[in-house]
Amino acid sequence: MSSVSPSAYPETGEKGGKSKAEWPLWEVFIRGQHGMSHRHVGSLHAPDADMAIKHARDVYTRRNEGVSIWVVESSSIAASSPSDKGPMYEPSNAKVYRHPTFFDIPEEVGAM
Amino acid sequence: MTRDEALFEFLVRMGDNTLVLGHRVSEWCGHAPVLEEDIALANIALDLIGQTQLWLGLAGEVEGKGRSADDLAFHRDAWDFRNLLLLEQPNGDFGRTMMRQFLFDAAHIGLLEALKDSADPRIAEIAAKSAKEVAYHVERSGDTVIALGDGTSESHDRMQKALDRLWPYAGEVFIDDAVDEELAGAGIAPLPSTLKDAWEARVRHVMAEATLKIPEDDFAHKGGKSGFRHSEHLGHMLTEMQWLQRAYPDATW
Amino acid sequence: MYAQMVKSEGNSGEQTPEEEAFQARIDAGERIEPKDWMPEGYRKTLVRQIGQHAHSEIVGQLPEGNWITRAPTLERKAILLAKVQDEAGHGLYLYCAAETLGISRDELTRQLLSGKMKYSSIFNYPTLTWADMGAVGWLVDGAAIMNQVPLQRTSYGPYARAMVRICKEESFHQRQGYDIMMKMAQGTEAQRRMAQDALNRFWYPSLMMFGPSDKESVHSEQSMAWKIKINTNDELRQKFVDQTVPQAEYLGLTVPDENLKWNEETGHYDYSQPDWQEFFDVLRGNGPCNTERLEARREAWEDGQWVRDGMLAHGEKKRMAKVAAE
Repeated sequence: MSSVSPSAYPETGEKGGKSKAEWPLWEVFIRGQHGMSHRHVGSLHAPDADMAIKHARDVYTRRNEGVSIWVVESSSIAASSPSDKGPMYEPSNAKVYRHPTFFDIPEEVGAM
Repeated sequence: MTRDEALFEFLVRMGDNTLVLGHRVSEWCGHAPVLEEDIALANIALDLIGQTQLWLGLAGEVEGKGRSADDLAFHRDAWDFRNLLLLEQPNGDFGRTMMRQFLFDAAHIGLLEALKDSADPRIAEIAAKSAKEVAYHVERSGDTVIALGDGTSESHDRMQKALDRLWPYAGEVFIDDAVDEELAGAGIAPLPSTLKDAWEARVRHVMAEATLKIPEDDFAHKGGKSGFRHSEHLGHMLTEMQWLQRAYPDATW
Repeated sequence: MYAQMVKSEGNSGEQTPEEEAFQARIDAGERIEPKDWMPEGYRKTLVRQIGQHAHSEIVGQLPEGNWITRAPTLERKAILLAKVQDEAGHGLYLYCAAETLGISRDELTRQLLSGKMKYSSIFNYPTLTWADMGAVGWLVDGAAIMNQVPLQRTSYGPYARAMVRICKEESFHQRQGYDIMMKMAQGTEAQRRMAQDALNRFWYPSLMMFGPSDKESVHSEQSMAWKIKINTNDELRQKFVDQTVPQAEYLGLTVPDENLKWNEETGHYDYSQPDWQEFFDVLRGNGPCNTERLEARREAWEDGQWVRDGMLAHGEKKRMAKVAAE
């Protein structure tokens, strides 16, 4: 019945072999109902990006959590190294003026 | 046949389709090839069970004999079921399950889209809700058929076998009968045969992408939708599904 | 628990400066993240514990899945299916957490199927009547929640985050179980008998879920220092008994333990220990359903190989086509 010769298909995984190709891992980001940014919610395995989005819909929005989904292959994520924690984040500790509580506003001015 | 009798018949057909397919799909829970698919199949089954409650609920209301959706689901025997033969076919392997799903989804979505304009607002409302769910089902099942058809030589062969096996059951949904004509005349539901071209176009497109060959013979088994002659599989399914209700008829659950 | 008798890989000797700094971080309540330095023993113990927990969720689909096609109403069918689907989701989250420790999900699965890794003893018991769906939700999920709530504060970030999500989703599981039990207990004579029978069969296996007493266990001590185990097995078991007995009374059911009684002095119930020999038998593979459970998982895995391969091959073709087009 088959209209296409079987040789057109790559053989994945040797028969009975132990180690077979695994679906890549994807990181899932979802934007919820309230216009917040996409947030990392977890990961999953999928054969490609289209299926990763579908799986993300089925796995991570079962309780009506999201309205928009991003997926990115985990291997494509560049991450800061934990040992850089000091230089990466501590300098911002000193910039207290970035936080609203730094400024004393007289009560009679009202909410600001 | 009065209008209400035709309407009841139609609603039971809709509800039995979703009931029987939902049951079949739920059989996969805990046994699917990969966790992500296990979860996805459960979502489809949940949608179908939810749709069943709506269709059979309305059927009971139209009938006016005080039967609930559960009464209709659990206390009718096989000859009173009106689901398509396609849907009571056993799951087979994952490929056959997804092929059955796609062949039905592609017909289901066309029907629901048309029913959104039904002259009966109750039907239009259920159709509008269901169409959103089924639009996703058909996209997912179509993509899966394409992926497996196009995948490896083994997956291709299995999908071709699935298509060959199920094709004779695909056409029943488009066979018109007196019930359809009555409802089409009243603007309540479309004549099924009018939906066939769009279905066929979609199916041809997906099968081409999946590198699968549609069988030339377009013979269609029938007897499920009319209830005249179901396959042997339905009785076994109902035996399992209805057992508790029938063994303990005076219990509430 | 879902992770029972997890052997801890602690070292008994001197701590290196790195290990000391690591322990100090944990003591300060800091979270350990995947790329952070961690002792090999911590990593191995976590892989074992999270893996076992994940396997339990997946194998745990089977006893309840056994009743999806026989659920007595459409609503009960939908609720049960949604619940068992959640277990699959929880397994998925946990496997992902384990994967951050450098082991793949497929490898974990192979270790489950080869018998190298374990899953909770409770899922080797059969579900024989519809009341068992009630008992499993009420008792088994009740026991699981007891362990999972504190694990939201566990030291390993990905594990803690998975537990937060799981606990949020689990909240309806125990309630749906108790809801089934209430219907049964208030139902016909046959339903009441089913309910009592389910409690009789699931009471002691539920107590076993917490594992044998670990007051003097070295493994347990190390895991607690690392904050990957938060309470002792006995603490959790006692808490479970104290919580469950009044719930059974409300249902008008009898806990199958003649020694069960309220102890004014301790402020807890006194209760009988389960038969620990049975527990070890189940762990060794001799539970009523060990063979079927693993067979079902093996079948799903092996029968699904062509599907996973096929979809991956298609995905690769799509990727190649995209690269070629660019």
